[in-house]
Amino acid sequence: MTNKTIQLEGMTCPTCVMKIEKLLKKTKGVQESEVLYNSGRVKVSFDENTVSVDDISAAIEQLGYRVVSVK
Amino acid sequence: MFKLSKKQIVWITGILALIALILNKVVYRDLEAYATVSIGIMILGTIIAGYNIFKTAFVGLRYGVIGIDLLVSIAAIGAVIIGEYWEAQAVTFLFTFGDYLESLTLEKTRDSIRSLMDLAPDIARIRRNGEELEISPDEVIYGDLVIIKPGEKIAVDGDVIEGSAYVNQAAITGESMPVSRDPGEEVFSGTIVESGYLVVKAEKVGEDTTFARILHMVEEAQDKKASSQKFLEKFAAWYTPAIILLSIVVGLISRDIRLALTLLVVSCPGALVISTPISYVAAIGNGAKNGVLVKGGEIMEKLGRVKAIAFDKTGTLTEGKPGVSRVKTFDMDENEFLRIAAIGESYSEHPLGSAIIREAEERVGKITETPAEAHMLIGHGLAFTYEGIEYFIGNRKLLDDQNIDYSSHEEYLNAEEELGQTAVIMASEDKVNGIISIADTIRPEANQLVADLHAQNVKHIVMLTGDNRRAAQAVADELGLDGHYSELLPEDKVSALTELSAEYGEVAMVGDGINDAPALASADLGIAIGAAGADVAMETADVVLMSNDIGRLSYAMGLSRATANNVKQNVIFAIIVVLVLLLGVLVQSVNMSLGMLVHEGSVLLVILNAMRLLNYGRKDKRQKPEAVKVG
Repeated sequence: MTNKTIQLEGMTCPTCVMKIEKLLKKTKGVQESEVLYNSGRVKVSFDENTVSVDDISAAIEQLGYRVVSVK
Repeated sequence: MFKLSKKQIVWITGILALIALILNKVVYRDLEAYATVSIGIMILGTIIAGYNIFKTAFVGLRYGVIGIDLLVSIAAIGAVIIGEYWEAQAVTFLFTFGDYLESLTLEKTRDSIRSLMDLAPDIARIRRNGEELEISPDEVIYGDLVIIKPGEKIAVDGDVIEGSAYVNQAAITGESMPVSRDPGEEVFSGTIVESGYLVVKAEKVGEDTTFARILHMVEEAQDKKASSQKFLEKFAAWYTPAIILLSIVVGLISRDIRLALTLLVVSCPGALVISTPISYVAAIGNGAKNGVLVKGGEIMEKLGRVKAIAFDKTGTLTEGKPGVSRVKTFDMDENEFLRIAAIGESYSEHPLGSAIIREAEERVGKITETPAEAHMLIGHGLAFTYEGIEYFIGNRKLLDDQNIDYSSHEEYLNAEEELGQTAVIMASEDKVNGIISIADTIRPEANQLVADLHAQNVKHIVMLTGDNRRAAQAVADELGLDGHYSELLPEDKVSALTELSAEYGEVAMVGDGINDAPALASADLGIAIGAAGADVAMETADVVLMSNDIGRLSYAMGLSRATANNVKQNVIFAIIVVLVLLLGVLVQSVNMSLGMLVHEGSVLLVILNAMRLLNYGRKDKRQKPEAVKVG
């Protein structure tokens, strides 16, 4: 299981949180996720054999947010 | 389809909107031929600005989330269908523009923590097997020798083993005045060597350093949702679909699609939902920069509400080490008296002796002379010879033994002891030269703090201590406290707190976090001071003052109240805006574009208002605790 924190830009409304959370819930390989509105970050833990952090970032970007950094 | 940045979209659609506005309001009236061109431009503007809104609304729907973008999409498409092209263009442009400005200002607020992260060290110079290497701080291991030169950042927590330097610890304590660090003293990762050089033995590295833990805690604190925030988010989740339903109902009843669409636009709950978290983020960021770590928005608000504060004595209100509090001499200059006493004491290693030497050195400079002859009289003091005169320095027993008469000073000695002082007497040639009163000295900023807290309307300030009643009374009187509890065991402190909170409601406990951990944990609000490096204190306390400067408590109190006010202003403002807009729609004086303009404007205002907290207490916070400003 890999843990990453993704810093986003453009998370303006708190409904963004729900959107990203539900997206991640439906993403295969993502075990757990937490979207933090206040700091604009997403914490995910996922199975690297099923999904990569780049896939996850790309899926989030598709929702209209910019991924600033991943660590 | 479009690979345009938000900024480009704002510019393009802004220009299109301007052209459409001119064509509509100025030219169109005269030249019918422009109608097609004008409509074309308006539709183009709607599509460019709306593309991303439609897309996110659609993606959101796929995941079962109904957000504000869906409301805007329905309104824009609806407006095009009923031929209100201008409204469609204006609404999508204003929404995009507002969203762009919001993300700019929001990132600025969120940056308050990212600017902290920038203080993290990125390189460490270490010495392994006699060789100097530059490596990443993450690769340093426990026990490595880290070398830091002027202008460089310390990359580990550890003890100085070589060299001496002035270190700027602002990253940890918020204190920009550099402190001197010599062998045996502790330094922290993230702090900067301003002058001198140090060799530090790494004790904590990477994620374990105090700096990394502070960062982590600030992040956690900013993301901790206050109950009001949870409520607002839940509210938003139900509110948006409810508004869609309401609009459909209104549309069906009134048969006025325009009214229904306008209702959709103005009811977006943006400002309300954003109002609380954004103020907290700004306030916590401000605190962290000033060496005050507040663990979450809820605590940020709670701190300002506290009506009673209990302080630990030793190490919190006092320095925790003995210092000279008074000197009385008889036929001798005070400084000369202290200088001679210090020369004698340079022979002893007694803590009272070091207090005398510190005081003398502060007054007359470094003491380098040593007594010609000296010997300890254990339990009594010491005898020494300086410039041919024999001196005795110590307690009453010493003078009794030497048959020196001090009966005329008995009254003064008793009075000093009544004040919790330890009296040290020096005598020569059969007569008393002077008396030095020594006690655990009160922190210089403690007096001001108590006055400030009283001014900030904290009703009851007390002290809890394990010390005897006399010493406690003396400190409580000096500081003007409202009460004190003395001779307490650690568990007694907990019951004293229970007693206080029964009488005054929420009570805050302030302590150094080492021997006060149970009290800090059991208080409604635990505040640890000087906690840099003290892991347990940092973990258990709700509020952490990184430095020893206890005066910061008053600043934290002010920040807390400013935050509570800020949140209140934002919430009330957001509710009023929604109500006024709704009313405006019902009396048909607000159309879709005006509604969107006001709505986006209100969200921006809320963010800008919260951003004021980033600057709270920036000027002159030491002299002027902002008690007055709050209210």
